[in-house]
Amino acid sequence: MSGQDSMATPKIVLEGMTKSFGDKQVLRGINLDVAAEESLAIIGTSGCGKSVTLKCLLGLIRADGGSIRVDGEEMIDAGRRQLETMRRRFGMTFQFGALFDSLPIWENVTFRLRQQQTMTRQQARDVAAETITQLGLASHVIDQFPAELSGGMQKRVALARAIADKPEILLFDEPTSGLDPITGGVIDSLIIDSVRRLGATAVTISHDMASVRRIADKVAMVHNGVIIWCGPASEMDDTGIEEVHQFVHGLAEGPLTLAAKAEARRG
Amino acid sequence: MIAFLQNIGRTSLAFLAAIGRLTLFTLAAVRWTFFPPFYLRQLGRQIVDIGYFSLPVVGLTTLFSGMVLALQSYTGFARFSAEDTVATVVVLSVTRELGPVLAGLMVAGRIGASMAAEIGTMRVTDQIDALDTLSTRPMQYLVAPRIVAGTLCLPFLVLIGDLIGVFGGYLVGVYRLGFNPSIYLSRTLEYLEISDVTLGLVKAAVFGFLIALMGCYHGYYSGRGAEGVGRATTNAVVSASILILIANYIVTALFFG
Repeated sequence: MSGQDSMATPKIVLEGMTKSFGDKQVLRGINLDVAAEESLAIIGTSGCGKSVTLKCLLGLIRADGGSIRVDGEEMIDAGRRQLETMRRRFGMTFQFGALFDSLPIWENVTFRLRQQQTMTRQQARDVAAETITQLGLASHVIDQFPAELSGGMQKRVALARAIADKPEILLFDEPTSGLDPITGGVIDSLIIDSVRRLGATAVTISHDMASVRRIADKVAMVHNGVIIWCGPASEMDDTGIEEVHQFVHGLAEGPLTLAAKAEARRG
Repeated sequence: MIAFLQNIGRTSLAFLAAIGRLTLFTLAAVRWTFFPPFYLRQLGRQIVDIGYFSLPVVGLTTLFSGMVLALQSYTGFARFSAEDTVATVVVLSVTRELGPVLAGLMVAGRIGASMAAEIGTMRVTDQIDALDTLSTRPMQYLVAPRIVAGTLCLPFLVLIGDLIGVFGGYLVGVYRLGFNPSIYLSRTLEYLEISDVTLGLVKAAVFGFLIALMGCYHGYYSGRGAEGVGRATTNAVVSASILILIANYIVTALFFG
């Protein structure tokens, strides 16, 4: 999605990031960098630490060690205020939407805008209508509640909420999970358009390889809490790494299966 | 033997960790009550939910409690010819004890459970993380309005419950036990002091705080999935009910001192 010149400036840098929950070490030293306006996809088996990586990046979970830098600013030990300021530069969609059930769509979409600036109810409704229209939803949807929408529509509203105040960095956690392939394709197109229109940097977690091929410039695979491969999306079929090959091609037999069986035996 | 000691150690550590987490949660909840932004719409919603919608259940509970109290105290006091004190016993029992405790327990069941379920569901569906990413502190947006609403609404509920409970005693006293209405009313007011009502209202405010705190705390730290939310809901109601009974003794003892 990005031009080659913008690849030179790392927007996000993760170095040796670790995280444990009790005795279980989930991240054993994540090293990653994402250039400005680049779109990175993080892939890996369930439970390998992808979502934890994303949550550590946002400070929703505190990493135990290593370094997290956004535009050169160290965030690993950031205080509450520094984290809150940093988060304003991010927009995020969650795997299951995480829309606020008790609020209508227009309030969901303009939630952060209304926290940050004074705007009338009508102004907020107009912004919400404009944003969801860009994402292919009818403007009357703004008066509905999340529970009244289909899964695909909820994903679009979640995307609208993430982009409403034009963040610099967008994080997508499983944006196409639970959707049929056609709706998933539409969501991917909307993500590509939105990221491009905003000139944003994007980090996406996905199991859906078709989606990864569509939206990512660069792909990183996490296995056993470390990045085992990171490179251009166009090269992920020829990495020469067995785990990556098995995952990318969805093969039933391979080192990932053996690792999963060993993990299951350990309980 | 070592395994036994390890179990004791592990349980003690887990207990201390839970106490520490609850203390920090309480301090944060109280602290964010006093700092802007104030989410007045959230506060209004909670006041309607806790105050207005709890009125029927509190009213019914105190009405029948007042009625039963009149009947029971009449039965007891008749054994040593002290039936005249029924009105006084009813009003003092209702205002000092039964009103706040029964209202507290009923609201703990209704509101504590609903707060834990709502916030727990928000936790398991990532809505609380979403609040964080949308520049909103969950403590300020979710917890503080509930704590304030709980602390403010319970005294009003109890005041209304007191009136209904005394009215229940009056109905039984006059229409079932044959008391003269004006004498029953004068006996009701004769020995009632402002401090009796104040004690009940202070208790109510403490109970309201505890109910909201337990509902929010258990919801906020709810486990994953439907089972986690279910457990959070149960824990919120049980812990709020137990704390109400403990706080009831402490506040009563403080007022005695």
